[in-house]
Amino acid sequence: MKKLGLFVTIICGAILLYATGEFPRWGEVRSPASLHVSPHYIKYSVEETDVPNIVTSVLADYRGFDTMFETTVIFCAGLACFLLLRVFGRDDELTPEEEKGIFYRHLPTGIVIQFKKEDVEIRHKDFEVVDSKLVPYDLIIKTACRVLIPFIQLFALYVVAHGDFSPGGGFQGGVIFGASIILLAIAFNLRSAIEKINEKLLGILSALGVFIYAGIGWLCLLLGGNFLDYGRLASILPVDPIRARALGMLGVEIGVGIAVMAVMIIIYINIASAGRHDEGL
Amino acid sequence: MHYLDVVILTMVIFCAIAALSIKDLLGTAILFGAYSFMMCLLWAIMGAVDVAFTEASVGAGVSTVFFVGAIFRTTRRTRD
Repeated sequence: MKKLGLFVTIICGAILLYATGEFPRWGEVRSPASLHVSPHYIKYSVEETDVPNIVTSVLADYRGFDTMFETTVIFCAGLACFLLLRVFGRDDELTPEEEKGIFYRHLPTGIVIQFKKEDVEIRHKDFEVVDSKLVPYDLIIKTACRVLIPFIQLFALYVVAHGDFSPGGGFQGGVIFGASIILLAIAFNLRSAIEKINEKLLGILSALGVFIYAGIGWLCLLLGGNFLDYGRLASILPVDPIRARALGMLGVEIGVGIAVMAVMIIIYINIASAGRHDEGL
Repeated sequence: MHYLDVVILTMVIFCAIAALSIKDLLGTAILFGAYSFMMCLLWAIMGAVDVAFTEASVGAGVSTVFFVGAIFRTTRRTRD
């Protein structure tokens, strides 16, 4: 079986390599891809949309309908992860981690207390719940992350807002923002990250991102244009139609960023805690 | 510039084969991250900076974290 697999892999690889030889050369002017629409984008996209980054104008304006469904795909990925992994009702069987009880750390002294019974719950500012796989209190990691996270988030916002002018945009900025929250969850623990940004908020944000995108499309429709025809927004914005296209792109990029950020955190929390939302990596 | 291409492509193939053949799944996740980063450098050399940015943030960044999270909840060693 293993030999058969190797054989099939080699045959497929050989066919692929053979087909690659038929490709046009890299950057070939007469290749089909650069004959029809690419010259139009390169020549006219700046004057038509007022966005210097051609990639953004193609992605969010000329091919805006594609990108809307890409965002929907990401939203569906988060939804699928949530529905498959999330544990809703608690069954009677305790996991090995829960059998060990709940651990609390007394913050002023650093002493860790273990409670066997499940119904004892301490809610006090001096106590925090710690994971059952005992993680030592590491001041250096926590302080370094506390300093780093705001700058990562600021950079993410810059990437979203500056997607019109330089490489970047909603997808990248959203992923970077999500990664900053994931860093918080790894450096501290999953509970404190969930306290900061809880599940309900994440669900709402992921749907809101897609809604912003589709909503801008509908708004153009209501104002008498085609779906996602941002030029029509000029009648409600104090700018000319060309500038309105750039602003419309910024709007949908923000929607994409919000959706991607929330979905990345949802996927991480559900994978790392196996759907129980208590302790993870 | 040409030599840099060859070096990075060699690294891409090396990382791909190593990620397939290694038994330790955590090592595989890290090698896959390295593979994504090498691909990101290739995109950047070819001038597709937006794609390189996406590859760096999604491929090398977040997906590696997802892999490590999944390994943390399953077993670290593979049986096949």
